[in-house]
Amino acid sequence: MDAKSGDTKDVGGRARGVVLDGVRALALVFVTLPGAAVLFVLSVVSIALIPLGVGIVTTPWVLTGVRAFADLRRMLAAQWCGVRIPPAYRPIPKGANPWARCFRMLGDPATWRDLGWLLVDMTAGFVTVVLPVALLLYPFEGFALAAGLWRVFTDGTDVGWWYAFVPISGQGSALLAAGLGAAFLVTGYFTVPLLLRVHFLLTRTVLSGDQGELAERVRVLTETRRDAVDTSAAELRRIERDLHDGAQARLVAMGMDLGTIEALIEKNPAKAKELLTQARKSSADALTELRDLVRGIHPPVLAERGLGDAVRALALRMPVATEVDVDLPGRPGAPVESAAYFAVSEVLTNAVKYADADRIWVDVQYLRASEGTLRISVTDNGKGGATIGAGSGLSGVERRLGTFDGVLAVSSPAGGPTMVTMEIPCELS
Amino acid sequence: MRVVLAEDLFLLRDGLVRLLEAYDFEIAAAVESGPELTRAFAELAPDVAVVDVRLPPSHTDEGLQCALRARRERPGLPVLVLSQHVEQLYARELLADGTGGVGYLLKDRVFDAEQFIDAVRRVAAGGTAMDPQVIQQLLSRRQADDRPLGRLTPRELEVLELMAQGRSNAAIAERLVVTERAIAKHTSNIFAKLDLEVSDDDNRRVLAVLAYLDQGR
Repeated sequence: MDAKSGDTKDVGGRARGVVLDGVRALALVFVTLPGAAVLFVLSVVSIALIPLGVGIVTTPWVLTGVRAFADLRRMLAAQWCGVRIPPAYRPIPKGANPWARCFRMLGDPATWRDLGWLLVDMTAGFVTVVLPVALLLYPFEGFALAAGLWRVFTDGTDVGWWYAFVPISGQGSALLAAGLGAAFLVTGYFTVPLLLRVHFLLTRTVLSGDQGELAERVRVLTETRRDAVDTSAAELRRIERDLHDGAQARLVAMGMDLGTIEALIEKNPAKAKELLTQARKSSADALTELRDLVRGIHPPVLAERGLGDAVRALALRMPVATEVDVDLPGRPGAPVESAAYFAVSEVLTNAVKYADADRIWVDVQYLRASEGTLRISVTDNGKGGATIGAGSGLSGVERRLGTFDGVLAVSSPAGGPTMVTMEIPCELS
Repeated sequence: MRVVLAEDLFLLRDGLVRLLEAYDFEIAAAVESGPELTRAFAELAPDVAVVDVRLPPSHTDEGLQCALRARRERPGLPVLVLSQHVEQLYARELLADGTGGVGYLLKDRVFDAEQFIDAVRRVAAGGTAMDPQVIQQLLSRRQADDRPLGRLTPRELEVLELMAQGRSNAAIAERLVVTERAIAKHTSNIFAKLDLEVSDDDNRRVLAVLAYLDQGR
């Protein structure tokens, strides 16, 4: 927004821009203070009414209004000044009841940022839009005074009116006022676009939250994304190798056997029959290998029945008595289901391999509070001492869950028992 | 014997039809989806049904659910369930009503036509045909923490395994190349060691063994 001097065309263009920004500021004058004040009062009253019950119904409405108000300003900031303010509201599940909606919205830090912003908007925000309007309109009063308006206020003997800090007492001081007005106008010419920008930057600073928090989030996302990409690449390599060395090779062998059988069937039926048996065995082995591979990619029970029954089926395959308790009112998304399943599978394998446990309990439940969290705990009565160390199965589980913002906690004192708890924020369908 | 067949993959369905027809079964219907199977159960009253676990339109365990529903309406309706994978969880659901006439096999078992046809006939006659993989899983799980099972001789374990798959004494004798009398002796030993009630009814015997193996979990 640097002022370019010189070319008259440029000055004309800039003047038009300044006038446009002045009109925009004027529009904002009527929006900021009244809008922010009304919404702030409504929000405070509504939240105060929550203990009475009424607030539970009204608060989501009012807060939705606040968000719409903030969104309008985000849009204007982007369109008028190119200042982008990304909205960061947590999603509200469809069909949630007023109670859940209310507390979900109140639990969102963005809501409190919005309310704080309303206070800033009706004070500092208001000043930053009033100032440009004043800089553009006030000069005209000075010009009018010089043009003769001063006569209305004074007969030339006393001070009848003040223009800013200039006492108007006659034509001379009125001309001085006009001069000051011109100075204001020149100042406005250079600063109005800047002030409007300051207004939106202020909005952004208050609305867009803590940059440090965002930076941390970006760091975590970068890390988990790299892990996820690495894991899936390694997984694909393993599948490729398994197919290449296993099923594929067996099918080739089977094809060769069939070719030989074709040649032998009349000359040496006994040998042909022997080869047939071999070919059949090759096909059965290929199927077994493919089946194991499929189980490692996406277990069929998981696809057919969902997480609860898949974990039950897994428990039935364990050589150790495993009790499963599932309380899931719906199904998480397929990627979460799959991650949770393999996490449980890994933890169970660990319990059997290292803990010497003879009993395992798996508890799968969904916590509706705040975000909605899938919590799975695996407890065994083994000898304990499990850690999330480098290279242990558990750190693999932690990485796998990290992709979904999931966390893993291990409590495993020497002598046992070991309890591994996993939590993945997710929604159920 | 009239068979209803449900399998969504054309190649497999076609192969099964040919196989069953070669052994003089009459194919009452060969369908490819869950709703069609439900209709076939209701309208055709087959002697036995051969059903793939996974069927369209949902591509989940729709075939299994259809079969379980049909058996709830007509207890003992013979159903042989085929699958690319076997799960004890599903086996237990199929056996839960304790009425027999149930089979649960890997699709690979079709490779051995004689054995497969034998399983279909057994199920149609109200018997049981459990996949060796299911039985092995049950056995290894139980062996880990079960004393009575530890008292069985290796031969008796072998007989127990075949019995749990649903085979008759005659079939077990043929398989192990011994006389039927020897097998009868083994079975009575097994029943005594596991403290199970002896029964002359082949089918009830199998169900008792399966229930024993599946208990305590």
